Amino acid sequence: MIIFDHVTFTYPQTNSSDVPEPVLKDISLEITDGELALLVGATGSGKTTFLRAINGLVPHFSGGYLQGRISINGRSTQDFAPRELTDLVGFVPQDPLTGFVTDLVEDELAYSMESLGIDPQTMRRRVEETLDLLGLADLRNRPLRSLSGGQQQRVAIGSVLTAHPEILVLDEPTSALDPGAAEDVLAALHRLVHDLGVTVVMAEHRLERVVQYADSILMMEHGRIANGIPSSIMENSPIAPPVIHLGRLAGWSPLPISIRDARRTAGPLRSSLSGQRPQLRVVPDSTPLIARVRDLDVGYARNTVLRDICLDTNAGEIIALMGRNGSGKSTLLRTLIGLHTPNIGTVRINEIDPARVSARELIHHVGLVPQEPSDLFEAQSVALECRNSDSDAGCEAGTTRALLALMAPEIIDSTHPRDLSEGQQMLLALCIIVAAKPPLLLLDEPTRGLDYPTKGKLADILRGLAETGHCVVMATHDVELVADLATRVIMLGDSEIVADGATGSVITGSPMFAPQVAKILAPQQWLTVHQVENALSNLERADTP
Amino acid sequence: MSVFLRARWLHPVAWWIWALALAAAATRVTNPLLLGLLIASAAIVVARRKPDAPWGRSFEFFLLLGVFIIVIRVVFQVVFGAATGSQLLITLPGISLPSWMSGLRIGGPIMLESLLGAFYDGLRLATIAIVIGAANSLASPSRLLKAIPSALYELGVSVVVALSFIPQLISDAVRIRDMRRLRGRRSNGLKAYASLAIPVLAGALDRSINLAASMDSRGYGRLNNQSSHSRRLVIGLLLTSIALIAIGLYGLFTSDAHPLIGLPSLFIGSVLAVYAMWYSGRNRTRTVYRPDAWTLSEFLVSGAGILTLGIYLWAAVRVGSNMAYWEQLHPALNQWPTLPLWGVIAFAISLTPAFSSPPPPSILGSLNESSKVGSRT
Repeated sequence: MIIFDHVTFTYPQTNSSDVPEPVLKDISLEITDGELALLVGATGSGKTTFLRAINGLVPHFSGGYLQGRISINGRSTQDFAPRELTDLVGFVPQDPLTGFVTDLVEDELAYSMESLGIDPQTMRRRVEETLDLLGLADLRNRPLRSLSGGQQQRVAIGSVLTAHPEILVLDEPTSALDPGAAEDVLAALHRLVHDLGVTVVMAEHRLERVVQYADSILMMEHGRIANGIPSSIMENSPIAPPVIHLGRLAGWSPLPISIRDARRTAGPLRSSLSGQRPQLRVVPDSTPLIARVRDLDVGYARNTVLRDICLDTNAGEIIALMGRNGSGKSTLLRTLIGLHTPNIGTVRINEIDPARVSARELIHHVGLVPQEPSDLFEAQSVALECRNSDSDAGCEAGTTRALLALMAPEIIDSTHPRDLSEGQQMLLALCIIVAAKPPLLLLDEPTRGLDYPTKGKLADILRGLAETGHCVVMATHDVELVADLATRVIMLGDSEIVADGATGSVITGSPMFAPQVAKILAPQQWLTVHQVENALSNLERADTP
Repeated sequence: MSVFLRARWLHPVAWWIWALALAAAATRVTNPLLLGLLIASAAIVVARRKPDAPWGRSFEFFLLLGVFIIVIRVVFQVVFGAATGSQLLITLPGISLPSWMSGLRIGGPIMLESLLGAFYDGLRLATIAIVIGAANSLASPSRLLKAIPSALYELGVSVVVALSFIPQLISDAVRIRDMRRLRGRRSNGLKAYASLAIPVLAGALDRSINLAASMDSRGYGRLNNQSSHSRRLVIGLLLTSIALIAIGLYGLFTSDAHPLIGLPSLFIGSVLAVYAMWYSGRNRTRTVYRPDAWTLSEFLVSGAGILTLGIYLWAAVRVGSNMAYWEQLHPALNQWPTLPLWGVIAFAISLTPAFSSPPPPSILGSLNESSKVGSRT
C-alpha cells in the first residue's frame, strides 16, 4: 500500500532571486495493493517527480525539500533510501537504454538480485521465470543495444521484477514504441497485475493505449492530484482519449472507457451516421511537385534498409510515414535530406540532389526536425538560438523569434533551450527549421512525449504550414495524430512501401494502425471525433428547417 | 561436441592472462618474424573465438591502431631521428639547429638501417596493442567486473561505466555533427568539431545522471556493511600487491633489467593480491549470478600464454651465455632476420586457445537489427 500524507515537495533553489514553486502540493492519497493506477497530466505538471517520490529518488537523489510523509508498505521514504527499497519498489525510467548497467539481457535481469545478495540458485530460478513471464527467453544472450525499443522496455521491466517488488513504477513505458510493441509491453503489465498481484503506478501521455487497463486514475494538475475511478475522472478531464470525446459528444452514460464497451453502445450513433461521409481536407490536384524519389535503395554495410522506394510528394500534402520500429522510416527521412547517400536510385527536391548541395543551400529546400529536438540546440538562451538561426538561414533578423512568438508565446528569451519542456523544445526546433522556408518539411516522431493540448497545437501549426504551400512528411507511431492530420499515409514494412494512399483507406482497415473512432464506428470510415461532430451538426441543420 | 568444448563464456581472467603474457613476450624481441607470429596467433584466436557482440568487433580497431603506431614511429624517425647505418636512401632538406641543440636533428639524410630499426620498434609496440585488443574483444570489460573482488567492486563499476560511455560519446558526436547540416552549417572542419563539445557533454551528463538514478533504485551499494577497518586493510593490501606486480611487470617488460628480477616481486605481489581478495570475499554480501567457472579450459588458455612467455624469457636468459640468441631476438639491421625453432614452438603453443577454449554462446538474432536500432537512437 502506498500512502501519501500531505506531501509537498520543492526542488532546490537554483537562482538566489526567486523562490521556486513547489512541484507537488499537499498531496494525500492511497494506492491499494494490486491496483493499476494511471497518472495523467500535462507535461511539466510534476508526474515524473511524483513517480520518483514513490521509491525515494525524490528527495534522496534529486535533493530538495519534502514535507509530509510517504509510506510504502509501512516503510517511510524518510528513513529508507532508494537502494533500500529495491525489494519493495521497482522503478523503470523513461528511457530504458540509459538505465541499463550491463551488456547482456540475462546479466541485466540479475543485476538487482546481485545487489540484494540473493543466493545463486534463487537468482537462477527467478531469471528463468522472468524470461518466460515477459517473453524474453529467445533474447537471453543478446546484447541490450541490439534489441528493439519494445524489447528493451520489457527487459527494463524484467530487470526490476527479479527483485520481486510489490510495487512497479513506470514512467511513460510506451511513448517511444510503435503500436505493436506497446501492446506487448501493456500485455506484460496486465499479466503482472492480474496473475501476480503487483501494484502498478504508471505515467503515460497516450491515454488511448492504456486507459482501459487502469483501475484508478491520478489526475495531476499544477502539482495537485485528483484521483478516482476512470469513468468518473474522464467525465470532465480536459486530457482524454478520442473514445471519451466521442462518448461525450454522443452523450453516452456511463461513459465507456474501452473500445469494446464503446462499440456496444455505439449502435444508434452508427445508424444515425449511415449515409453520411466524413469531410476530408482535400489537397488541390495541381499543386507543384516538391520531392521525387525513384528506385531508391539504401543500406548500411551488408544490410538493406530501404528497397525500391518510388515516391512523389506535392505541396500542400501532409504525409505520415508509418511502420514498426526499425522499418526504415527514419532512414527514409534522412535520405530525403541527404544525410544518407542512396546506393541506387535518385532523390530530387525541387530538381536538386540533397546529398550533393552545400548545407547553406540545402536548408532552403528541405528541413528536418529530428527525434530529439534538443540535438539542434547549441546556444545558451532561446534569444541567442533564434539569432543564430536567422544568420544560418540568411533571413531578416528577428524572423525566428517572431515565428516562435506566434507558435509558443509563453516561452521567454532568457531560458536555456535545454530547460524548455519537450513540447516547447519541439516548437523551437520547428521554428529554427521553418525560418529557412524549406518547401519540404520533415519531422521524425514529432509527438513523442507531448500531451494532448501540445499535440493539438502542433497539428494546427503543421496544417497551417501545409496550407501555405509546404509539403510535410512525418514519421510517427501516433495513429490518432495521423487520423487527425495526415492527408496521405505511407506504410513501410520489410524495407519496402507496403501501402501508399489517402489516410482513410490505408489506416481504417489495419488492426494495428486504426484510430479509436474508426474501430468503434467500423465498418463506416470515420477517423476523428471532429469528423463525426461535423456530420452530426450537418444532420441537425438538415433536420431543423 | 564434447562437454569440454560446449559453448559458454570462458573466464575473462583467463583471456587476459593469455593476452598479457603474449604482450610481455613481445616486449622482449624486435625480430619482426617473431612479432608477426605473435600478431598472427592473436588474430587467429580472435577469428575463431570472438563473440558476435558489440565488443567482439573492436579487434579491427586495434589492428588499425597498430598500423597507426608503426606509421607514427617511422615518421618520427624520418623527421627527428639520428642517422645511423651505412645505406643512404635519400637526403631530406634539413634544418641546422644551433650547437647547443646538437642532440636534436630535423630532416637530413635517411639511412635504411635507422628506418628499419624504427619499423621494428614500432612493430613491437603495435604487437602489444593488438594483443591487448584481442583480450578486449574476447572478454568484455563488464564480464571482467564479475571476477573483481567485492572490496574493489564499486571502483570497478565506475571504471567499466566510464569505458562503456566512450562508444556512446562517439555515436552522439556523429549524430550531432549531422544536426549541424540541418541548420545549414558546415559539418566538417575544425569549427564544426569544436562546436560538438557542449551538446555531446550535456548529453553525456544527462545520461550519467539517469544511469546513477537507475543504479540507486536497483540497489547499487546497498549491502556495503564491511567495517571501515577491514576495508582499509584490504585496500592497503591491494595497493601493496599492485605496486609489487607493477615492479615485477617492469622487470619483465624492459629489456635492460635481468628477467629474473621481475619474477619474485610479481610472485609476492600476486600472493598478496589473492590473499586480499580472499579476505574481502570472506564476509561478502553481494552475490554473483552464474559466475564464470575456472576449469580445464581456463588452465589451458592461461597456461598457453604463460608457457609462451616462458619460452621467450628462456631465450632472453640464454643471451648471457650464447650470443646467437641475441641475434635471434634482436636481428642486425643489415641482414634478413632468422626465425628460430623455439619461436615456431612458442607460436604453436600460443595458438592453442583457438582450439582448447570453448566457443562463445551464439547470440541469436541478426546484426541487421542492431545497426538499425543503433541508427535510430
